[in-house]
Amino acid sequence: MPSFGVLFFPGSNCDHDCYHAIKKILGRPCELIWHEETSLEGIDCIVIPGGFSYGDYLRAGAISQFSPVVSPLRELAASGVPVIGICNGFQILVESGLLPGAFIHNSSLKFVCRWTNVRVEDTDTPFTCLLRKGEVLKLPVANAQGNFVLPPDGDDTRERRIVLRYCGEGGELSAEANPSGAEDNIAGIANSRGNVLGMMPHPERSFESLLGSEDGRKMFESVISWIESRNANGKAI
Amino acid sequence: MKQFSVKIEVKLKPVVLDPQGKAVLNALSGLGFSGVSDARVGKVVELTMEGESAEEVSRKADEMCRKLLSNPVIEDSSVEVAEK
Repeated sequence: MPSFGVLFFPGSNCDHDCYHAIKKILGRPCELIWHEETSLEGIDCIVIPGGFSYGDYLRAGAISQFSPVVSPLRELAASGVPVIGICNGFQILVESGLLPGAFIHNSSLKFVCRWTNVRVEDTDTPFTCLLRKGEVLKLPVANAQGNFVLPPDGDDTRERRIVLRYCGEGGELSAEANPSGAEDNIAGIANSRGNVLGMMPHPERSFESLLGSEDGRKMFESVISWIESRNANGKAI
Repeated sequence: MKQFSVKIEVKLKPVVLDPQGKAVLNALSGLGFSGVSDARVGKVVELTMEGESAEEVSRKADEMCRKLLSNPVIEDSSVEVAEK
């Protein structure tokens, strides 16, 4: 059965939400892993939760990239293990260079906390393999620096794969649907291989209809199905 | 070993939108300061460092900028070194 590891740093605050979603709602093995851990052996999927690691000092995610756990994380990511960074977790992945781009303050200058709709652009990743291209998910955001910026053209050779875009209820892209002013309405991107995903909205907060949406659950059901079929076939992507 | 004061300035690249600068610009015009056409907000990091020479200290500070103090994707940095 796929085993999840939720990394947490000083200042992470969505670690228990992720743990609850995976362990209690999906009933999957899950452990919370402190950032000083130096081995991630036996983990099939890494979750980097949201929060304010190191108080967002310097830049969101900037200091966490030097935590001991990031070394084995890099190795797992390079070997194709699914890694998802949510909100501050996305910022950590970007700062550590595992994903391209950077974050600046929201264009509104406000902390944005609201429901958003995101359109699935790429279903060829472990976290979106059960979804349809163009499918709209209702997921909440809560951030001050969710304004994603891609590296300037020609400045960076790293490939970009846009996985999720902010949109209206019907899937249409607009400035109103884009809560932070992110470039190209980007809500989530993956590395070129597709196994490392960063996203600003919180799928772990949308697991139960009681809380407004079950759409986030589909992303974790996707990764479970992806890992199980990979294990059955005995090969990676 | 000599002691050096190192001043590192980190600014968003000119092509990157600066929401904080925009807010400062709006606040300044709201306060009645006219004639301000642009505002950009950056940060300054001041370090006290030991080293054999200003060149050596400056090289180290540049490396610090690349690895931690700035994000080269969106920010430019500059280093000033003065012997104490």
